[in-house]
Amino acid sequence: MSEKVLMKGNEAIAEAALMAGCRHYFGYPITPQTELTAYMAKRLPKMDGVFLQAESEIAAINMVIGVSAAGKRVMTSSSSPGISLKSEGLSYLAGCDLPAFVVNVQRGGPGLGGIQPSQSDYFQATRGAHGDYRTIVLAPDSVQEMVSLTVKGFDLADKYRMTSMLLADGTLGQMMEPVSLDVGEITKYDKPWAATGTKMERPKNIINSLSLIPEELESWNLTRYERYKIVEENEVMYEEYMMDDAEICIVSFGITARVSKNAINEARAKGIKVGMIRPITLWPFPKKVLCEAADKVKAFISVEMSMGQLIEDVELATRCKKPVLLCNRCGGVIPSPQNVMDSILEADKIGGEQ
Amino acid sequence: MEYKRITLFAGHYGSGKTNIAVNWALEMKKHEERVMLADMDIVNPYYRAKDSADDMEKAGIRVISSFFANSNVDLPALPQDIYAIVDDKSWHAIIDVGGDDRGALALGRLVPQIVEENDYEMLLVINRFRPLTRDIEGISEVVAEIEAACRLPFTAIVNNSNLGAETTEEDIISSMNYANEVSARCGLPIKMTTVEKSLYEPLKDRIPGLFPLSLQKRPTEF
Repeated sequence: MSEKVLMKGNEAIAEAALMAGCRHYFGYPITPQTELTAYMAKRLPKMDGVFLQAESEIAAINMVIGVSAAGKRVMTSSSSPGISLKSEGLSYLAGCDLPAFVVNVQRGGPGLGGIQPSQSDYFQATRGAHGDYRTIVLAPDSVQEMVSLTVKGFDLADKYRMTSMLLADGTLGQMMEPVSLDVGEITKYDKPWAATGTKMERPKNIINSLSLIPEELESWNLTRYERYKIVEENEVMYEEYMMDDAEICIVSFGITARVSKNAINEARAKGIKVGMIRPITLWPFPKKVLCEAADKVKAFISVEMSMGQLIEDVELATRCKKPVLLCNRCGGVIPSPQNVMDSILEADKIGGEQ
Repeated sequence: MEYKRITLFAGHYGSGKTNIAVNWALEMKKHEERVMLADMDIVNPYYRAKDSADDMEKAGIRVISSFFANSNVDLPALPQDIYAIVDDKSWHAIIDVGGDDRGALALGRLVPQIVEENDYEMLLVINRFRPLTRDIEGISEVVAEIEAACRLPFTAIVNNSNLGAETTEEDIISSMNYANEVSARCGLPIKMTTVEKSLYEPLKDRIPGLFPLSLQKRPTEF
């Protein structure tokens, strides 16, 4: 499988999930992620897997809970409004400490919004639904990275008994790029906690998120957060681009990071020293590298397709040591390299006044 | 070149139908007075023939496209003027059919008249580098599904094998075996092989029926 193939982002996620050993998919079609569902519908029945188009997103996420409880790799996918419907189930997965892989190919919002690309579910993905819990959030910026992060997402989910979410957007889902499907060795995890039948040989495994005793529920939360701490220590991923001598640091993920790279190359040609830190994990967020960068650069620019969501994490991570500008479009509009360039020129001025 | 009155591009999802239809319309306009391009894709939300509407109209090509194409509205609707394809025989029509059987379904309403007039080419667009149509079994399945959905049999093949921006001359040359196999298996002649225009010069003497493509612009650079 070393030869490259040409795939849509949505298809590439599906194929990578199959290669990661996922044989159970539950979903409900929604633009712009429908090709993922369609691909699974074509492929899974031929692989002895289960493809089920549920009656709703809520049904689909609850089917994910069931299969995960039985110890199998399982996933669901949707786009923004559909993820809102799944959010109760996402909290239940966390409360039950079940691994799952969830894909959000974002579209513009709020409400029904539109079908063009967006990153405005950043808060929803990184903050989540009700209750104290965390989700590992992976943000690819190419079809190739959609493959590698899907495989990684299944691995992290099993390793930490958490939900990992691939946060893409409509453009990444729809665009076609050549990809290698060489995903390397897939690690298999023992799941002694799974409800697979005791065969009268062991005590029952009970998968549950309800506790009748407040102190017991508190202790579950504390134990869970011990595990989250390990994730924060070990699983942060980011890419640095031209940061060695940078005086301005762009922070951006996904498709806007690619637009930003074009703008950075243009700005560099004009002699402006600008670079980028691209978070690949949105949670755990690359706080340390950003905090260190704040001692070197004169300003940050958060480039995002939302009304200022990523920027809050940038300000927190950098402890507001340096100004953070917002370069954004929303509602289904992608910022142009010129939009980013305008912000770079503005950041360059602000730095000069200080 | 003698053109049939109606030229249809159909095939697997993402095989390159829209780009080819747009380029074929521009080529045909050099030889024919009245050319229309009909976007009958009811499947794809982005990257539609409408992206090239300005270029088409500048060239004097009539574009028939859903009012909702490339908009924020997710309606698989077709415009009423698609009936002009079969009703007004003074035009040469190129139809960009949606991908797979789901996309081809919408064509069904025009098929009785297309068959009756019997002046059409139904072209199967193939790309060896698409994972679900890499082998003959995969492409045969797609062919059977599309023909069952729209009830119009294919008449020839367009070999559009490519790996996007990474396509090499070798990729195109090696795709000819695949195209020939599909041709033999489906009993369809190869009408042409399409390449991005930078590959046209180095390959034009080595591959029969080579047709250069200018790729549709993306809405923004990334």
